[in-house]
Amino acid sequence: MTTHHDAPWAPEAEPAPAALTPADVADAARLVSFGLQAKLLPARDAEYAELVRRHREDPPFARLADAVATGMGLVVLEVSARAGMAVAAAEDSVFAVRMGDYSRRAASESTDRFLHGLAHLAVAAMAFPRPEDLADDGYLGRITVNGVDAFVRQACRRLEEQADAAGDNTDPQSDAPGLEAAWRVWARRTATGATKDARRLSGSTIGITGKAVLFLVDSGFLQKTADDAGGTYRTTARYQLQVRDLAASGAMAELLDLGVVPVSDGSATLLPADHSEELVADAGLPFHSL
Amino acid sequence: MTAIADQPTDYGLRPPAGAARPAPGPAADEGLARRLKALACTAPLHDLDNRKVNLAGEYGGYAMAEVGLAAIDLVTLHMDFDTGADRDIVLGRMLPRVAAQNPPRPAAEHERVARWVLESLINVGSVDRGFRAVYGTFGPDGEYVRRDYDFKLIEEVPGPDGGVYLRTTDEAVNVLVGALDTDVTSAQIAAEVKLEVLIRRGRLADAQLAAEQARYRTVQYAETLRRALDATRRNVRAVDWMQAVPDLIDEALDHIADRYRHENAILTNIRKVRDESEPHTPEGAEHKRRAAELVDIVKDCIRRHTQLQTRLLEAGPLFRAEQDRQAFASPGVRTGIDLYGQLLAPLLRLPVEQAVRPTDAFFARGTGLRTPTAVRVTDLVDLLLTPPVEREHLGAELPDPDLVATPDDSRFSEAQLEAALELLDLPSDAPRRLSGLLADARRQDPELPYLVALLAVHAASPPVGTAYRQGEERLLFAVDDGTPLRDVEFGGADLIVGNALLDAAGMAADRKDAG
Repeated sequence: MTTHHDAPWAPEAEPAPAALTPADVADAARLVSFGLQAKLLPARDAEYAELVRRHREDPPFARLADAVATGMGLVVLEVSARAGMAVAAAEDSVFAVRMGDYSRRAASESTDRFLHGLAHLAVAAMAFPRPEDLADDGYLGRITVNGVDAFVRQACRRLEEQADAAGDNTDPQSDAPGLEAAWRVWARRTATGATKDARRLSGSTIGITGKAVLFLVDSGFLQKTADDAGGTYRTTARYQLQVRDLAASGAMAELLDLGVVPVSDGSATLLPADHSEELVADAGLPFHSL
Repeated sequence: MTAIADQPTDYGLRPPAGAARPAPGPAADEGLARRLKALACTAPLHDLDNRKVNLAGEYGGYAMAEVGLAAIDLVTLHMDFDTGADRDIVLGRMLPRVAAQNPPRPAAEHERVARWVLESLINVGSVDRGFRAVYGTFGPDGEYVRRDYDFKLIEEVPGPDGGVYLRTTDEAVNVLVGALDTDVTSAQIAAEVKLEVLIRRGRLADAQLAAEQARYRTVQYAETLRRALDATRRNVRAVDWMQAVPDLIDEALDHIADRYRHENAILTNIRKVRDESEPHTPEGAEHKRRAAELVDIVKDCIRRHTQLQTRLLEAGPLFRAEQDRQAFASPGVRTGIDLYGQLLAPLLRLPVEQAVRPTDAFFARGTGLRTPTAVRVTDLVDLLLTPPVEREHLGAELPDPDLVATPDDSRFSEAQLEAALELLDLPSDAPRRLSGLLADARRQDPELPYLVALLAVHAASPPVGTAYRQGEERLLFAVDDGTPLRDVEFGGADLIVGNALLDAAGMAADRKDAG
């Protein structure tokens, strides 16, 4: 776009910015509506690409588009050619996904609720195994459904071994199931199971992971690349933004609130400080590098 | 669902609160807990016989616990290094035993019983597909605490082809073999010594038992290694490659070298017993049968060793490749949150009622957004008034394919091929010249010599390795000794054509020695 009211190089102090017309508002809303179609990319749609460019080059238009999004209960994560207008649902927005809508069982069963949430976290952890991967805009994560399950099980097994070595009895008290260690819940659930109609057993951990992955595909966060190992997927720019800017910090805040302060040296180096340290930075790289 | 819901506890005999703990120390209490857990692992098997009366139909004639134990046995023996046991194979192998228990009943019922037992051992009805038993321990301050013990006997694991396979858990092997807590290596050595002594004394029934136990140990070795390699593929640092795994590999390689010697010695011994047994007396026949079974078991042991050894040799290169791949992945310039180290790992340690808060937060912010569907009243009316679409169970009708008979354009008929193969089916000690074969063929059919010549030329460079691997017993070969072929139709060398006998067993032994 070249002909616009406010050229980007115009001095800040220009007295009267040209008034925005209803047509501009319509364009801004149009851009937001493109952003809501999570699977659509600017590279695939000329009009979308044009609006994204205008957002970058025309600050008043950008402010307008952001305002439209905010008014609708959306958080703008990034507007760029690679991710399009990446928007996320604000807490109480109509666009937010609720656990009850996601899985009916998860709404009533607290262990299932935990397993579904953990599956989403594990997918992200496997997709971005090192802190650098989450920070590097060019990084494409690659996950498999079976791999995510195996990855969590391995972590659980290590915790079990540690508990055994310490001589702790991890069997939960019968009258206080809520005090059961979280890793046990995943470890004792079956990984997979035969069903009558040869579909995935929905309650198994692979079934739960599979559901999470399919949901993320619908959100435009993952793209399927192959059917191997329960389904192989790669991440999109949007997923990285969402995890980096919203999800990880949100979960971290809750964790800090619980009094758990996970320490990290914050460095991008791959060398672990301590040999005995539990899986450090590069925990669980994808199974197969392609 | 199988669970020992209530351990009988005699409340009347309990000491008053605050009194000295009844067990003479935490170790004794722990020992009791361990035994209670071991006992609990057998409960699902007993439960099979208790629950069979609840089944619709007459199932009293089946010994369900026996079938169950056999099922665990079969899964353990059929689970391979990479995948578990195939469900259908296990079911198929269970059938003869089930059928033998109640022969007059129809085969469909036998199948139903086998399936029911297997599904009961997986505990298909429960969401975890596992079992839970409750046991009690005394806490540090003498207070009595009931705890849940969760375990599985047969678990379902994903296979590389996307299918579901079965594996027995350590608990199940515990039920089956016992004494899993003992050191794998020492148990193996004990079993070997026992086996040799038993065979020398001719106690074949006991020897068979010992050999089977030795095989379980081998399976266990492979299982330990498989887990270590799997973990390495995900993260080399998750596995102790400084000491634990190299030690395991060294130990396992030594063990295999040892086992080859032993098993070959055993094999020679048993073969002797088998061949020297008098087959005409009932006792001798029984002896012979047992010896033959033992030979099979030991052969299977050798096969498993070969498999384990291949994996062991691959372990080092796999580690180095994974180390390169994982260490040289280029680091980025900025850092983000370490999702595993800072979120997932700390969270897994928390009690589940706390851990659900961070996961909920992650879910709420990490799943993306959904655009709600807006409904118009007019659409809604239409929608509600539309009769439900009947679900087609069979799908759309398939068009009948139009089959056109393709003309048979093969040069030679089946009968001709058979005749040629018959000609070439030479005794192993009497090879023949191609010229003679051609003359024979020409007498039968003028077309036949061409086919015979083709087969002979094909046999000039026979695929010996393939034949060995496929366990062929004989192989057609053709050798050129320089004699020219004088024939009206063909020219070239007058090949010597013959059948070579292959010693598949000997070849397998050679391969082992080389390895």
